[in-house]
Amino acid sequence: MAMVFFSGELQRFTGEEKTSVVALNYRELLGELHNKYPDLKNSEISEMAIAIDGEIVHEPLLELIPEEAELHFFHFIAGG
Amino acid sequence: MSEAKKFNFIGQRTIRPDGHDKVTGKANYAADLSLPGMIWGKILRSPHAHAKILKLDTSRAEAMSGVMSVATFDDLPSVSNEAIQSGEGAIDSLDLGRNVLARDKVLYHGHAIAAIAAKTVAIAEKALELIDVEYEVLTPVLDLHAAMKADAPLLHEDMFTQGYPEQPEKPSNIAARHELKMGDVEAGFAEADVIVERDFVTPTVHQGYIEPHACTVSYNTEGQSMVWCSTQGHFDVRASTAKLLAMPLGNLKVIASEIGGGFGGKTTVYLEPIALILSRKSGRPVKMMMDRDEVFRASGPASAARLTVKVGGKKDGTITAMQTSIAYEAGAFKGSPAMIGGMTAFTPYNCPNVYCETFDVVVNKPKVAAYRAPGAPQAEFGAEMAVSELAEKLGIDPVDLRLQNAAKEGTQTVYGPKLKAVGLVECLEAAKNSPHYKTELKEGEGRGIASGFWFNIGGQSSVTINMNPDGTGTIVEGSPDIGGSRASMQMMASEELGIPLNDLKPIIGDTESIPYNQSTGGSRTTFATGMAVIEAAQDVVHQLKERAASLWNVTPDQVEWRDGSAINTAGEGQMTCAEICAKCEKTGGQISGTGNVNARGAGPSFAVHVCDTKVDMETGKVDVIRYTAIQDAGKAIHPSYVEGQFQGGAAQGIGWALNEEYVYNDDGVMENAGFLDYRIPLASDLPMIDTIIVEVPNNFHPYGVRGVGESGIIPPLAAVGYSVGDAIGANVSELPCSPPRVLKLIQEKG
Amino acid sequence: MTKVHVTTSINGDETEFLCEPHDTLLDVLRNDLSLTGTKEGCGSGDCGACSVTLNGRLVCSCLVLGVEAEGAEVGTIEGVGEADNLNVIQEKFLEHAALQCGICTPGLIVSTQALLAENPSPTEEEARYYLAGNLCRCTGYDKIIRAVMDSAETMRGEVK
Ligand code: FES
Ligand code: FES
Repeated sequence: MAMVFFSGELQRFTGEEKTSVVALNYRELLGELHNKYPDLKNSEISEMAIAIDGEIVHEPLLELIPEEAELHFFHFIAGG
Repeated sequence: MSEAKKFNFIGQRTIRPDGHDKVTGKANYAADLSLPGMIWGKILRSPHAHAKILKLDTSRAEAMSGVMSVATFDDLPSVSNEAIQSGEGAIDSLDLGRNVLARDKVLYHGHAIAAIAAKTVAIAEKALELIDVEYEVLTPVLDLHAAMKADAPLLHEDMFTQGYPEQPEKPSNIAARHELKMGDVEAGFAEADVIVERDFVTPTVHQGYIEPHACTVSYNTEGQSMVWCSTQGHFDVRASTAKLLAMPLGNLKVIASEIGGGFGGKTTVYLEPIALILSRKSGRPVKMMMDRDEVFRASGPASAARLTVKVGGKKDGTITAMQTSIAYEAGAFKGSPAMIGGMTAFTPYNCPNVYCETFDVVVNKPKVAAYRAPGAPQAEFGAEMAVSELAEKLGIDPVDLRLQNAAKEGTQTVYGPKLKAVGLVECLEAAKNSPHYKTELKEGEGRGIASGFWFNIGGQSSVTINMNPDGTGTIVEGSPDIGGSRASMQMMASEELGIPLNDLKPIIGDTESIPYNQSTGGSRTTFATGMAVIEAAQDVVHQLKERAASLWNVTPDQVEWRDGSAINTAGEGQMTCAEICAKCEKTGGQISGTGNVNARGAGPSFAVHVCDTKVDMETGKVDVIRYTAIQDAGKAIHPSYVEGQFQGGAAQGIGWALNEEYVYNDDGVMENAGFLDYRIPLASDLPMIDTIIVEVPNNFHPYGVRGVGESGIIPPLAAVGYSVGDAIGANVSELPCSPPRVLKLIQEKG
Repeated sequence: MTKVHVTTSINGDETEFLCEPHDTLLDVLRNDLSLTGTKEGCGSGDCGACSVTLNGRLVCSCLVLGVEAEGAEVGTIEGVGEADNLNVIQEKFLEHAALQCGICTPGLIVSTQALLAENPSPTEEEARYYLAGNLCRCTGYDKIIRAVMDSAETMRGEVK
């Protein structure tokens, strides 16, 4: 079971700071979250980067989610 | 990770491979290419900061002898507001088009309205005067206070603030609001023995690259069109230009010239789409070059910001809560680095209770562009000033307070992930032990110290190494080399291949000779493109071993690669890279290795700067008398260019803190659009900038590299600002600390 | 407009060109003579990227008219040294990594050459003030000044 932490921005759509989710990969994870929190469809969650146990992944589409992982969604950073 | 690995090339101070061309004047920059039949393009710019365009008539100009073509917004095929990749992530293509050539409304003084290509620059400039434009002048919105008022004149009638649970009813100049929080700041402040709360203001500043934007283009109706320009990302120039002109990517080849500085400012397009239209309509190659004045008025400054910062700490030095609210100017179109401000402000601290609220606000100034760690210097300026003041109030040494609360591996960030191994503690300890920090201050001198955090990114890079029959090779990369990165690429490839540096020639391939590469920015090049180089070199080594194996009639795993040669472990024999390459035609054809990565695991680079200043109490002039820049490089590939990044960032930050600012009159006209009045640091303004390279390896990179390009611009704002305050015994809250402002502080204090 | 015929010497080569009376020497060098080693950063005498010598005197070529080159001796970066025979200053700039993007480098090398011709033993402060007209945005000047001081020492024959 992975633990998803929501930023302040996403908490507006989930009403919770965190939740546990069973998901093998990113696609399942996103599906689960959308099922659980229908309001997330109004958020930018599907365009956000994700940190899996602290490792930042900008393009998570094909990512596998380890069991017991800590997941954080956040916005892409570029730079100068 | 190979901490104990012995390197042959990495860590040496080699001569850069492009160096000879650059010291002899042979290197070709954006304005250096001319083509047969070429004509010159110039731009008509708005004389108003905010106005409706009622009429735009170019017919008299078109009729003038020597004028070859004219471009206006109508020549841009209608684009939808899709996102296109650019230096700060994605930008809206409709906004981009309207920034390149104004439609309906001009939104800043200097906003491009129309362009003319003519046989000479003089004719083009004369013809611009024949363009008839009628304006309805509107009240300009010139700062954050004015822009955020409920009844402020609107830049965009259709802009509603994003980021509130409900869409607001009325449009606004506030494009977005972002909020980041963790823990409970109220409870944190309740625990604090001392609370510091202050407002800060930072000015609009420019990246100040010495090379103005320029390009030479040639449109080709049938085949491929060509753009030669100075950019940090030629693939992104291709994407933006093709989008605005509705061209398939394959019809456009973009060649990155040598680039004369960018610092984030050359991650978008200004001239390229216009030049292509002018070329298409005239059938001639077109060259365009901005004047310095145009660079200031119409290319990417960095956001001015206003912020409130509140930090609280206990007597024992524990920081209990940190809070900020920051508004950033985006310029004429949404998209300031506001959100990044919230993500970076307090990240150097391991504090459980953090709250950051940021606003992205449009004003009648040029659209901001990325500038070295975009968004972070403004936010961390306020944060570091407040932390230094907290240290003073608690009676704790400012380095010790930072050490006690320093972010380290496992620290929870406000933006989500926990930090991996980082080198902030090591940087702070190096600061404490530096000769600089141990130097006693004299009467009238002040000291400031500040930390800086930048994420660093990885991303997509592609590299091909093509081996030649004589055993030399070409490293084809796609990251424009802005500060000597070709030297690092050459070193990394030589390290893997074991052949001499000069046997490998790194070049920047154009958009058709190599797959897509993200732009040079985000401190990603040595890290991500470096990873692609290492991968490509390993691929070459792998193939060389296979070829050697087939020549010896053994299996590849019986061949070892050592110091540039294949060793036959199954029998006798050794073959050099050159010997294997010479026999390629007998073993299956020539060898090329590829590395295509979307690199992740970019390790943040923390920086700590110490600054001593001396203030002339009569004039308010500030002299920086001692400066030390300390930063974590993970592993310095080429120490000289790593130090160069620290020093360059420090100098830019010192300029930001002491002198640089856009000065506007009430009509929204910038009054100091030249290097004489917008004063970037001169050789005579600065002392030597001492550097200390800290190396806490980034375990995601084969050699431990962290990008170093950006963090260095963050600490100077507060290091200088606090030092000035310390010298004069007053609180600095507004940058730059220019003589009049400092004098005022001195007088107010009496 | 009638063009003016100018006869001059550039890096020791007799050169003739035609230019408009208002053309700057910088325009002529770059656009008519293809000597693009001299750079344009501002066009107003504030950045030094266009530094050349005119009869041995250091000038901003953006502030000199092409016609003023008549009968004069012009020195540009192209005349300082060849890739296989670098001038000491060029070598020291490379050795000290005194350039990042390199756009300021031709101007700085020409200016340094002028400095050391005038004053073979400048102090660090003298070097900083002499070169204050040459802007560099990349380096913070530290490594440039080191390269200049080392060039001076080497040219004086004081081998370290
Ligand atoms: S271009 Fe001549 S001084 Fe800047
Ligand atoms: S090296 Fe870029 S301006 Fe000097």
